[in-house]
Amino acid sequence: MDSLIVLLIPLLPLIGFIISGTLNKQANHTLINGLTCGSVFVSFLLSVILFYQLQSGSAPISYKLLNWIYVGALKLDLSFTVDALSSIMLLIITGIGFLIHVYSTGYMHDEPDYARFFSYLNLFVFFMLLLVMGNNFVVMFVGWEGVGLCSYLLIGFWFKNNAYNDAAKKAFVMNRIGDLGFLIGMFLILNKFGSLNYQTVFDLASHAATNDPTITVICICLFIGALGKSAQIPLYTWLPDAMAGPTPVSALIHAATMVTAGIYMIVRTNVLYTLSPDAGFLVAVMGVATALFAATIGLKQNDIKKVLAYSTVSQLGYMFAALGVGAYETGMFHVITHAFFKALLFLCAGSVIHAMSGEQDIRSMGGLRKKLPITHITFFIGTLAISGFPPFSGFFSKDEILAKVHEYNGGFMLFTILAITSVITAFYMFRLYWLTFWGNFRGNSHQASHLHESPKSITIPLILLAVFAASAGLIGLPHLFHAPHLLNNFLAPVIINAPTLEASASFEIALIVVSLIVLALVTYITYQIYVAKARIPVADADEKGISKWVANKYYIDELYNALITQPLQAVSTFANNYIEKYVIDGTVNSFRWLTNTGSLLIRQIQTGSIGLYIFGIVIGIICMFVFKFYLA
Amino acid sequence: MNIISEVGINSYLWLAAILFSIGVMGVLFRRNAIIILMCIELMLNAVNILFVAFSVMHNNPAGQIMVFFIMAVAAAEVAVGLAILILMYRNMGSVDIDTMKKLKW
Repeated sequence: MDSLIVLLIPLLPLIGFIISGTLNKQANHTLINGLTCGSVFVSFLLSVILFYQLQSGSAPISYKLLNWIYVGALKLDLSFTVDALSSIMLLIITGIGFLIHVYSTGYMHDEPDYARFFSYLNLFVFFMLLLVMGNNFVVMFVGWEGVGLCSYLLIGFWFKNNAYNDAAKKAFVMNRIGDLGFLIGMFLILNKFGSLNYQTVFDLASHAATNDPTITVICICLFIGALGKSAQIPLYTWLPDAMAGPTPVSALIHAATMVTAGIYMIVRTNVLYTLSPDAGFLVAVMGVATALFAATIGLKQNDIKKVLAYSTVSQLGYMFAALGVGAYETGMFHVITHAFFKALLFLCAGSVIHAMSGEQDIRSMGGLRKKLPITHITFFIGTLAISGFPPFSGFFSKDEILAKVHEYNGGFMLFTILAITSVITAFYMFRLYWLTFWGNFRGNSHQASHLHESPKSITIPLILLAVFAASAGLIGLPHLFHAPHLLNNFLAPVIINAPTLEASASFEIALIVVSLIVLALVTYITYQIYVAKARIPVADADEKGISKWVANKYYIDELYNALITQPLQAVSTFANNYIEKYVIDGTVNSFRWLTNTGSLLIRQIQTGSIGLYIFGIVIGIICMFVFKFYLA
Repeated sequence: MNIISEVGINSYLWLAAILFSIGVMGVLFRRNAIIILMCIELMLNAVNILFVAFSVMHNNPAGQIMVFFIMAVAAAEVAVGLAILILMYRNMGSVDIDTMKKLKW
């Protein structure tokens, strides 16, 4: 029974995809809604059942579908295992996925390609479930590629706009770079451990020596995969561009689930990372650097979704910082809380964009709190959560990360940068909040007359997510409160040999107090700037000096363009103009010439004269006799 | 009473060779399709003579059975060949093979 549930969880969204994918544009919306939302909802219920079984101490539940790849010593099954880590990811994917499906029924209501949108969403849920449920690296890789594909399809959902198609291609190509790292990592694992099955690999690895260079290389290769999927330096530039997709997609794929696949992978392979402190340090440094870098860009963005996109990159950096220091549970904790509050913020942004008739520039917003009361309150909760105000969820996970990084040997520098980053995070989030919901309305009269609160299908998911964004932190209370850390206890079977990092109670208190004071200060300052003095960000053309540099995202896209894209295009132009034209076409054409000329000569023989043919036959027979009896 | 012992195998071989050569020359140098068909028959019968002669010489009836096969096939071949000739005559007004030169590139 249990194993059947394991099979059904990914199967239902797949069925939803297949059926809704075959429907045409005239298909009934109610049918599509029931099919796609229903399949994800049933998967969610089944995930809850599995979660409670695991919670009550059940062993991981497996289902083997078939013998998949049996080549020589390599034996791979297409099989699924749900353990504590997968179970948490299942709840996030299906739970938040369901809320976003419901939200989409309202948000995409006027979309002509309604069925296509929902079939893609279901396909995404299927692949994401495959990614987290597989019990070997190859199943994870299939899911990994599948979510990349869905990301591509959904970013370019409005494919008539060329800029959106470019963004989709960019996301796909950036991810491919990371995937190469993942693949090489997989090959190395197979070479070193002779298997790709999690259980076998981790059992062997738990007896391996620390600082084994091969394991370090494996960890770095896998981390490169994570860099691409989870949008970290240097492969982060696709995520802000991915905001071209519909807003529910940004919430589901580019905030709550797919981009956390990299974190999931590292937590899954925590045994290997624990064996390689060097790789761990690299992960932490990259995470911290990305957190700071993306947060500073977020300060100067004026597109509501772009701010949230850079904030996602920055928060993912926090998670990697936690993973790098060996605090895998903490990384997962931030994945969970981030999934709630970032999905909430994106969906609120969608609600705002919906009300603003498609306008995304916060300079044209302002004063929306009166017209959109529910969106306003829920966005405010999301802002508090991401900024880390106690007792909202982001506070617990972020403070735990800060505390763990502080305890890490030599982590003081990383801790300082992360602390500064969290101040910057609060600053740009409150900037966004004040500019959007306070002050006077700055849009045109057409937009003003259209302002309205979104329908129930949009507001109900917002309210539910807001409740979780506010309360999800309770699953990981700090030691200070002498309450059990529910998440750590639940995840304990999955995390093997990880170092223990415990901050002292006094440090935790200091952290709470200082962060409260700083956050209050940031809130006050941003209020003064953006509401009291009503300083609206200047037009892009008027930016000067450093702020222009930041507003243009440090010109990283231009740098990549000049360093990588342009030389590559020069090479391909050369190849097209010379190698293609003369070498490849030349070879093919010369064969064509040879055949033509040769046949021109040979076909002279075919005269149509029967006498000649018979003569030929007789001569041939004589030749055969001569050859047979006199020459051989 | 063996006929081979009275006449000798060489005579049969010479007869067959001469008949076969006449057939080949006829096929090569005559233009009339009916004659060509007859020459082909001549060649087949030259072979038949060899079969029969060797069959008697070796006292092995298999060669004679082969002759019957060849005769049956030759009869069928003539039937088809003559049908083609009739059609050819209707279309071209002649059975000269030099008039049939249309099948070429």
